[in-house]
Amino acid sequence: MAGKVKWVTDIEKSVLINNFEKRGWIQVAEKEDWNFYWMSIQTIRNVFSVDTGYRLSDDQMVNHFPNHYELTRKDLMIKNIKRYRKELEKEGGPLAEKDENGKYLYLDFVPVTFMLPADYNLFVEEFRKSPSSTWIMKPCGKAQGKGIFLINKLSQIKKWSRESRTSTFLTAASGKEAYVISLYIDNPLLIGGKKFDLRLYVLVTTYRPLKCYLYKLGFCRFCTVKYTPSTSELNNMFVHLTNVAIQKHGDDYNHVHGGKWTVSNLRLYLESTRGKEVTSRLFDQIHWIMVQSLKAVAPVMNNDKHCFECYGYDIIIDDKLKPWLIEVNASPSLTSSTANDRILKYNLINDTLNIVTPNAEIPDSRWNRSPPKEALGNYVVLYDEEQAVSENAERDLRSRSGHSLGSKGSRSSSVRPTPATWK
Amino acid sequence: VMDEGAGLSLAIAQVVRRLKATRLHSQLEREAKVSVPPRRAAAPHRAAPRRSSLTRSPCWERKLQNAVYRELHVLPPPGHPAASPEHAKEPLAYMREAQAGWERRILKSLNSMSTELGVPLARKRPAPEQKELSNKWNEMGTDEPGHLYLQGGRVHPVLCSSQVLISLRNPNHDRSEEVGAQSQWGLIQVPLNVQDVAQMREAFADLALNIGQLGIDDHTHVPAGMELSDFLFHQHFYTLTTQDSAAAQQYSRQGCPTGLRAELWALILNSTNEPEDILNYDQLKAGVIQYDLLVDNLIYKDVKLTASNDDYYFVFEDFLYQVLLCFSRDTTVLEHFSYNSATPPKSYIQGKAGEEDYVVVYPPNGVIPFHGFSMYVAPLCFLYNEPCKLYSVFKEMYIRYFFRLHSISSSPSGIVSLCLQFERLLQTHLPQLFYHLREIGAQPLRIAFKWMVRAFSGYLSTDQLLLLWDRILGYDSLEIVAVLAAAVFAFRAENLMEVTSLSSAEAVLADLSTLKVMPLLQIFLFATVI
Repeated sequence: MAGKVKWVTDIEKSVLINNFEKRGWIQVAEKEDWNFYWMSIQTIRNVFSVDTGYRLSDDQMVNHFPNHYELTRKDLMIKNIKRYRKELEKEGGPLAEKDENGKYLYLDFVPVTFMLPADYNLFVEEFRKSPSSTWIMKPCGKAQGKGIFLINKLSQIKKWSRESRTSTFLTAASGKEAYVISLYIDNPLLIGGKKFDLRLYVLVTTYRPLKCYLYKLGFCRFCTVKYTPSTSELNNMFVHLTNVAIQKHGDDYNHVHGGKWTVSNLRLYLESTRGKEVTSRLFDQIHWIMVQSLKAVAPVMNNDKHCFECYGYDIIIDDKLKPWLIEVNASPSLTSSTANDRILKYNLINDTLNIVTPNAEIPDSRWNRSPPKEALGNYVVLYDEEQAVSENAERDLRSRSGHSLGSKGSRSSSVRPTPATWK
Repeated sequence: VMDEGAGLSLAIAQVVRRLKATRLHSQLEREAKVSVPPRRAAAPHRAAPRRSSLTRSPCWERKLQNAVYRELHVLPPPGHPAASPEHAKEPLAYMREAQAGWERRILKSLNSMSTELGVPLARKRPAPEQKELSNKWNEMGTDEPGHLYLQGGRVHPVLCSSQVLISLRNPNHDRSEEVGAQSQWGLIQVPLNVQDVAQMREAFADLALNIGQLGIDDHTHVPAGMELSDFLFHQHFYTLTTQDSAAAQQYSRQGCPTGLRAELWALILNSTNEPEDILNYDQLKAGVIQYDLLVDNLIYKDVKLTASNDDYYFVFEDFLYQVLLCFSRDTTVLEHFSYNSATPPKSYIQGKAGEEDYVVVYPPNGVIPFHGFSMYVAPLCFLYNEPCKLYSVFKEMYIRYFFRLHSISSSPSGIVSLCLQFERLLQTHLPQLFYHLREIGAQPLRIAFKWMVRAFSGYLSTDQLLLLWDRILGYDSLEIVAVLAAAVFAFRAENLMEVTSLSSAEAVLADLSTLKVMPLLQIFLFATVI
């Protein structure tokens, strides 16, 4: 194809710029004609807003879906997942099965969560069922661990609600200071006595039909301080929050490895200490969670053909090796905290661009969204709805088994014929 | 010269003597008493079949077999009855002298550190300090401003350097006979017998190209109709149910499946995790809490300089302290000095210098940790998440293998032989490369020494390192380490031929974390025409 891709970004990160330059693309200003815009979530709001928005042409591509917040805002994600579960339940499919305690067997993958102040009464009801539990308060629209705190007494909520009402009455009324309160996972899996969470990357190129890819090179983020569920340490965020933005201010933060451990290390450790079977099941469940969360938002997502998105999934594993979805980030950090981090993020962008702009040519929003296997780099297909549908049709002819959803196109399920997770 | 029969009976006597001192012996005795009530034992015709039922019980028989197997592995072949115990440690006098000289230097630096810092070699902790340490046992890695190494960095790690080995010479050996011989090229100038390529091919026959290896052939199909990794999984799983130490060792030559490795290694090493082991570990822990040793600072310093900064091992920092501090207090480690060329350092109880009655071994296990020591433990943290289990496996690995990597001896697994082995292999396989590196002042051993001293720990990615250590256990030898070191040079030979200085050669070999161990070993040993 003739012509070079003209690119813009409002995120001045070397891992982006180096990738664009490597492709021989040309940097232009926002006002000029551009083909490829890697933008912040503030900018995407303007691009698609009713007042200032403009029509994207076929040769333009952006790195967010217009209403990505349906997935990436903490409160909306919960709302969508709850709705999705209800719909499945209404359909009466096997996916929505519940156990004797009324818990979903396959869809119980987010900690119990309520919106505040909206669901306050529901929360109180739940809190009274287990008064010794710890809860985590998070502002809906903030990232990197900002504004987060833990509570284990109702009085603390009341105090917070009084203070926030008086100080930021206006913002509270507009909903910007809305919080979610979630049951805190107080039995996280510890390695070397330390708590960690997983940061995994998922690329979505279309929601309807859903096509998503998992990046193999995720990592664990470790807290620098020993984990203790003791309530006396509730205020010590170095114990509880794994965000690098928080941890790097700790005395024990190490700038060589940045508290990051590769997912392949995690797999080796778990397989060595717990066995192959439970380890494979854990990773299957993580993939299942990702696919289900995307399916939950797919119907409400504005599936604009000019868009793709690379999400940062945050997952916590508990000591029973059950994974929990904590949140999904629309703009996972592209800051490199260590040398290895820089390599990982450079490759992440490189592999992403190889998929969404095949052969580094000028984007065409009508592209077929079926990259050849060789172009995937470190990505693997997580779910391909078209392929799953055709396979399901085939399978339904043979047997009427219920558990046919899941990572059909993924490597893991093609190796293991029986999906161990959601069976 | 002893005849074979005499040698054998000596070996048996030695094993029996050793076994009598073990816990297994007292367990068997107890079991025998229970199954043979004393009154009936008086009647021989009844007691006899009972006793044999005890030894025939698969569990006890297996345990006894494994224990004998262990002793045969750990002990050196018995020497001539007239030979001195020194001879069992190391037959060559000049090696013993070199080792002794090296020990004097280490001890001197330890003593001067003690004087310089004004800190005794050991002191009892006051009660409040004991309590504090006890409370933060699980988080020694964080928050230890009291430790000396922070005070201006005056704790210097003890370095294990190739310099000592380079200056080794056999005084009885006339080097003029060797003029023109290839052995002149390398840095190691001692006449030790190391295996040549043909002998290595025989010794490591199970690594041959036609034998499936985990780490290369995991997904190839075997005649049993499954993938190699599944086949070996079943085979190893069966070995675990039979608890057969010898079989486990034999099979680990093809590599251990990740999910079974921890148990297999424990079985090969005959390392148990019984209540007595836990008790023993707790006693060592109490020793750490009660006494502060100067060498502890070497441990802290080493962990901080190595594992704490390591992408693979930093999460296990606290486990490393829990293992290494206990290790330094474990007097059962002293046993291995009967076959180690090294001799535990001695010191005098404070105020009693020079009085023979007040000589004590220091540190209690007789091992002064050197820079990089913690890397012997770090990879094991991927396998064992209980400190006690981790401890017993590490200790067994140390007294079987790792001590040889920092003692001067003529053992084929000793560091001197490994260095020589490495140089010979490289010289035979790639004489041009060797010559080139030597000419530009980049003697290969200067780069490879650090890999071999740590058995590659901290240089390879952990999955690859574990595959390498599978083979150390499987062949009961460290020689494979020298082969890999040479194979790494061969793999990067093209780039190395282009460098013109030691530092650029080091740069070419700086990152080994992407290497795949098994293909390198196989190609080097079996697919290279010499």
